[in-house]
Amino acid sequence: MPINLEIPKKFKVLVGQANQVATEVLRPNSRKYDRAEHEYPKELDMLAALVDGMNEGSDLGGAGASGVRRSENGDGGNRNGSNMSTVLGVIEMCWGDVGLTLSMPRQGLGNSAIASVADDEQRERFEGKWAAMAITEPEAGSDTAAIRTTAVLDGDDYVLNGEKIYVTAGERADLVVVWASLDPSQGRAAIKSFVVERSNPGLILDRLEHKLGIRASDTAAFRLENCRVPKENLLGSPDIDMKKSFAGAMQTFDNTRPLVAGMAVGVARACIERTRELLADAGIEPDYDRPAHSQPAAAAELLELESEYEAAHLLTLQAAWMADNSKPNSLQASYAKAKAGRSCVDIALRCVALCGSAGYGEDELLEKWARDAKILDIFEGTQQIQLLIIARQLLGKTSSELR
Amino acid sequence: MNAADKGMSLGLRALNRVAGIELLDRVGLRERAARALYSATKNGFKAAGATARTFSRQRKLDTPARQGRGTRAELFDLTPTDEQQMMREAIGNFAIEKLRPAALEADDAGAAPAELLAQANELGVTMLGVPGELDGAFEERSAVTSVLVAEQLARGDMGLALAVLAPGAVGTAIGLWGDAEQQGTYLPAFAGDEPPAAALALLEPRALFDPAKLQTKARAEGGGFVLQGLKSLVPRAADAELFVVAAELDDRGPALFIVEAKETGVSVAPEPAMGLRAAATGRLALDGVKLSAGALLGDADPATYAACTRLARLGWCALAVGTSQAVLDYVIPYVNERVAFGEPVSHRQAVAFDVANIAIELDGMRLATYRAASRADQGLDNAREVALARSLVTRYGMKIGSDGVQLLGGHGYIKEHPVERWYRDLRAAGLMEGGVLV
Repeated sequence: MPINLEIPKKFKVLVGQANQVATEVLRPNSRKYDRAEHEYPKELDMLAALVDGMNEGSDLGGAGASGVRRSENGDGGNRNGSNMSTVLGVIEMCWGDVGLTLSMPRQGLGNSAIASVADDEQRERFEGKWAAMAITEPEAGSDTAAIRTTAVLDGDDYVLNGEKIYVTAGERADLVVVWASLDPSQGRAAIKSFVVERSNPGLILDRLEHKLGIRASDTAAFRLENCRVPKENLLGSPDIDMKKSFAGAMQTFDNTRPLVAGMAVGVARACIERTRELLADAGIEPDYDRPAHSQPAAAAELLELESEYEAAHLLTLQAAWMADNSKPNSLQASYAKAKAGRSCVDIALRCVALCGSAGYGEDELLEKWARDAKILDIFEGTQQIQLLIIARQLLGKTSSELR
Repeated sequence: MNAADKGMSLGLRALNRVAGIELLDRVGLRERAARALYSATKNGFKAAGATARTFSRQRKLDTPARQGRGTRAELFDLTPTDEQQMMREAIGNFAIEKLRPAALEADDAGAAPAELLAQANELGVTMLGVPGELDGAFEERSAVTSVLVAEQLARGDMGLALAVLAPGAVGTAIGLWGDAEQQGTYLPAFAGDEPPAAALALLEPRALFDPAKLQTKARAEGGGFVLQGLKSLVPRAADAELFVVAAELDDRGPALFIVEAKETGVSVAPEPAMGLRAAATGRLALDGVKLSAGALLGDADPATYAACTRLARLGWCALAVGTSQAVLDYVIPYVNERVAFGEPVSHRQAVAFDVANIAIELDGMRLATYRAASRADQGLDNAREVALARSLVTRYGMKIGSDGVQLLGGHGYIKEHPVERWYRDLRAAGLMEGGVLV
């Protein structure tokens, strides 16, 4: 088959459904939950049931972070599978609202981790639950090797102690996937992820953060105080294997980076579309065939922003396509995340400027999107971390050589 | 400003005025100087087509021959077809083994070695757009294949790639839009052993050039056309035997004309530029050139002209992608080997992140270019996609060219390394119109 970068026809229905959800449910509630930070968006409960239905109704993956598991490619032919459909769904949902998408019950990053690395028994046990992800600590952000939360085996339980921050939907979820070290002296290899029930008395909510954007999405800070977790809740292998363990934990990120890139692509498209409408009201319509220099500056700028979006979009689809076809995509996943994260911020901020007071005021959503956008260049690996990952791979450097 | 400075400044102003205006006027030299300048320019032009063949009908077709068209693809796919992969490898090897080593000298000489061009022709680059009935090698019309070919050639050298691809642009244009007579007359040569040098001439020499607003004019006269105007940065202008020229046709808008170099009133002059020097760019002057009615290509259909400008821009995108890849491939070993302060400079984030950013933007440019080309193959409108790919290439192609020099520091600025040439070449991709066609 020939090279083709169009959205495959078989996903048109899924994309259409997700777009409808975004238009009918997310957009109308966008401003409400931006203002009412920490209030539970109850409209999402019904929606989540619908999304579950969408996931079950097809083998295409659904509209959220329902699974980025890699499957072996049987016939060696080209596949457009769940990685692509998931990314396409996320793009549409985040075109609607990133904060609300992140608050979608049962669509948390923890769910993604479980779907990606849990064994069959665990997947069955945690099915239908909403799982948040707890990695970051006050002294350990992108540097996951510095994680200080400990997990000590005691009988049939691991006992967890430590502090976790920036846990998306941490208060609302049923489960929290906590990253902790079996032995802090052994660095990355000793870091494992544990599924902790939200109701566990050892998992204590400290506070909910007040944020620049994505306010519909709650961000929790926890303390873990002698938090006992059944040992069957450790995801992956309990062995401390210098080669494999951390790679296993990080595999989640190889699979979820394209999703976050997709979030950024969705926000970027929302900004461009609305700005195009507002500019048209002001009498400015870009012409694709005329040289940019021969057009009004605002039209030329919009074209430039759209080209940034195009690059981010295609890089994101490429990363998902590679995952669907079992091609190693760590590099391309980081290309996508880096490009989508930074261009989304750039696009959103410049769209605000192009639209003037309409862009900056709260009557429109542009100013909100510009605030929401910034997180997408930070979580799941900051811009700088992506550049490090990319540079180390291209230059063949270890993390001790290129720090 | 103290008195001395003021005196200095006044003195300079006076000098400027005297040298610039007054002296010339005072001794009556102004007119003579202007005339000398005019004659130098005029003398620079010489009749084109000194060694051009005479084209006559070689083949009689009842209807125009067209290559097969691709169909709508079902799935997202970045894997080239087997044929494309073979072509890509063959051209890629040729670019690295033959073009790259010849690039410095060709840049210096302002010409591509004839032997290299002949070798490239053997690889089939001039017949990419020639239908099978006219001995072309490719049954299916594919802008993607042409993009892959241009990209690979430009990995070797952009100037040489342009010289190699220029005739194919004319072949493809006639393959896509020519009528039976035009195809039977010109296309067999493009699939033959000695394809003609030829060029697609769109660009004109002025700021803010817009291909929709041409100053080259064509007027219908005596059952044919008369062309008047000046075209800029035409690849291989001096040895071209055939041109496809864009001109504003009366009140019908921009149109394409097949112009043989031997026609009276066709002259060319060298127009060397910042880069692309191996392609021997030149000006093409059309001074009352009389053409038969059969010279009009594509019946002045606005859609044809729009497609032509888009596919030409896409060709430049592909060239920029290839040369940007050359930059990336060149800087990686350099920054790994270059030691400063006791370790490779690649151990510094400031250096390593530049390399990462080249790779990110390059991949984005490439995908946008492939998408636009693939849409053309599937019969989908690609105005948007071409414009976006061109926008990315204009910005990031130039940035990558600049970063390539910067990462090598002083070494990047001297001709011992190719990055200074790539810096000059990559600047072209965003401003060129015509010349290549995918």
